[in-house]
Amino acid sequence: MLGHGDGGRLTRKLIEDIFAKAFNNPELAPLADAAILDLDKNKIAFTTDSYVVKPIFFPGSDIGRLAVFGTVNDLAVMGAKPRFLSAGFILEEGLPLETLERIVASMKEAAQIAGVKLVTGDTKVVERGSADNIFINTAGIGEILDWPSMAASPEPGDEIVLSGCIGDHGVAILAARGELNFSLPVESDCGPVWPLVNALHRESVAVKWMRDPTRGGVASALNELADGKDFGVRLFEDKIPVRKAVSSACEILGLDPLYLANEGKLIAVVKKGGAEKAKKIMASFPTGKDAEVIGELVANPAGKVIIRTQIGGARVLSMMAGAPLPRIC
Amino acid sequence: MCLAVPLKVEKIDDNVATVMSDGVRIRVDASLVPDLKPGDYVLVHAGFAIEVLKPEEAEETLRLLDEMLGSAEDDRA
Amino acid sequence: MKYLEEFRDLKLSQRLSGKIKEVAGREKIRLMEVCGTHTMAIHKFGIKSLLPENIRLISGPGCPVCVTPNEYMDRAISLSFAPGVLVTSFGDMLRVPGSTRSLEQARAQGGKVRMVYSPMDALQLARDNPGIKVVFLAVGFETTSPTIAATLAQAERHGFKNFFVLIGHKLVPPAMKALVANKKVAVDGFICPAHVSTIIGTRPYKFLADDYRIPCVVAGFEPIDILQGILMLVEMIKNKKPEVKNQYLRVATESGNEKAQEILARTFEPEDSNWRGLGTIPQSGYRLKPGFSGRDAQKMIAVEVEPTREHRGCKCGEVLQGLIEPCQCPLYANSCTPEKPIGPCMVSSEGTCAAYYKYVGVET
Repeated sequence: MLGHGDGGRLTRKLIEDIFAKAFNNPELAPLADAAILDLDKNKIAFTTDSYVVKPIFFPGSDIGRLAVFGTVNDLAVMGAKPRFLSAGFILEEGLPLETLERIVASMKEAAQIAGVKLVTGDTKVVERGSADNIFINTAGIGEILDWPSMAASPEPGDEIVLSGCIGDHGVAILAARGELNFSLPVESDCGPVWPLVNALHRESVAVKWMRDPTRGGVASALNELADGKDFGVRLFEDKIPVRKAVSSACEILGLDPLYLANEGKLIAVVKKGGAEKAKKIMASFPTGKDAEVIGELVANPAGKVIIRTQIGGARVLSMMAGAPLPRIC
Repeated sequence: MCLAVPLKVEKIDDNVATVMSDGVRIRVDASLVPDLKPGDYVLVHAGFAIEVLKPEEAEETLRLLDEMLGSAEDDRA
Repeated sequence: MKYLEEFRDLKLSQRLSGKIKEVAGREKIRLMEVCGTHTMAIHKFGIKSLLPENIRLISGPGCPVCVTPNEYMDRAISLSFAPGVLVTSFGDMLRVPGSTRSLEQARAQGGKVRMVYSPMDALQLARDNPGIKVVFLAVGFETTSPTIAATLAQAERHGFKNFFVLIGHKLVPPAMKALVANKKVAVDGFICPAHVSTIIGTRPYKFLADDYRIPCVVAGFEPIDILQGILMLVEMIKNKKPEVKNQYLRVATESGNEKAQEILARTFEPEDSNWRGLGTIPQSGYRLKPGFSGRDAQKMIAVEVEPTREHRGCKCGEVLQGLIEPCQCPLYANSCTPEKPIGPCMVSSEGTCAAYYKYVGVET
């Protein structure tokens, strides 16, 4: 079990035995105060995120894997090749070492898949009750790709492509929390979007804007795109891919998949005419096999996201007010 | 306060029905709907089965609607 | 999902929409949907955009969560801070405001609140934690109250002494009666709630057609159901033949679920009840019958409840009766917003005022 109070020696041992052993690489090896990095480009993308997900293990993933892919995806959707990560751990006293090792092993695997190196980090141990098992912060550095279309402004006529089925992660987390007596055969989609982004760039698809629709779902991400702009977004409900099990769970609980979190999906705004090619490229990857062209940018209503419902009606998808809660009303 | 969805009954054990749709399974209380059988569709609300759904009525509703709307189109043509 | 998808058919919806436009003519028609679930469905499927200009849909007081008054929420919040007590609740209740804060906010401040999907989950918590008093927030219309009655029966059967309920149930027909008794209210037809009617049957609405000459249709919650229900109402209005009709034949019947009605009669009795924004409506709520008073959280668990603060100036009552638009309420968009809602019209994410705030000028 993790203890505190010993201070320097125990922490050093933790770093050597667990972290350095798992993330072994030349930049990390010195275990100095900072890592020295060699970058090919001048223009870099830099991001950070903290992960406090509950429970820490859930179907298809865990907090460690999430901490790697979440940050790496934020780099990828800016059009940057993810290169390096830092990781800060806040551990609750009493956290079993085996649990920590399991999470670290998961992070190592995720880093390998994502092609990134974890080069610097920090660990703190806090009193029982001050942290929920484990909190992780990761920061990431990526090299901005040479992609002229990413500098172009989205405009009416541009098309929107989504890489696959939505709502899996949100539903998997709900199931794992154990508040519902449900059997839900749904796994988190936690995974890297870089391979899709890389392929779109390589094939010179004219992508103007990308997002990974995490908390708040597709609806919130597209509201961020349209808010305050002179264009709006129009989606087609019958084009939005949702797994049957997710759809059923949402019907039962009164949830809307468009507002549920995803951790391995990509939305791309593509210059008019390029959507079908983008969809084909995404679909050539296992994680993109359900890719669809889900909508387009329109002149009216500007600043808003509307959806043509499956019965041909129209409704506005507003920004999410609070986390979606199961309802009976 | 009326969110309830039709789910298919897989089995019943002692007033608890296991209902499912597309792999999602819930165990619901069946005490409000006596004479429930596996294969029935029930309306599920807040973890309870509250009424059976009558498939013949469902089909009849759609059929009558189709007929009623179809005939109006014929009149216009 | 079977028996949902067929009632969301695009072609059938379009044909129904065309037929409604044909029959509706030109004069103004005002239809009120009573149940919040209808309001949600109408919004979710974009039904309003399929109706002709002269048909106006008014959202009635149909969300039993949103009409739960401050004093109930304040008591629930006080209970959550009481030693040895765990408050359990449907997800919908967490964001309803009390006099100074919501349950969700109370939870962040250390209140013991746990969301459950079913009252039976709350009973299970009571079973698994014999040292804790588990209080379930029993709100909902007649669709939900039988589930609480059945749960109480189980609690008695198994002897789980630590399971309590805080009753906040509301009844639909008395509320509809109060609405039409107000001479100023001009509603031409009612879209009656599908699942409440599944329990109580279609008979309780007869007085509206017979005594007030207002047609009623019990309509399901899928788009085909709602559109067909609207068509049936418009036809009755045009023919001046008000009746109570049942569109939801696949589930609802004239007599309703008699087993559920039986258990309701054994567990509850009606009493006058306070509805947020509407005031006291006679015989519109439930209290536990004397045999169950040992389960009444209000009687059995003494807590200090903060003095109830009502917001004067809230005009939800008039909005809910379709007498004024949201922007005509002095609190609208000032002290009453979706982030800090005061009355039920704003508390409900699809309530008239909340919807107006989000969608003005776009949806039609």
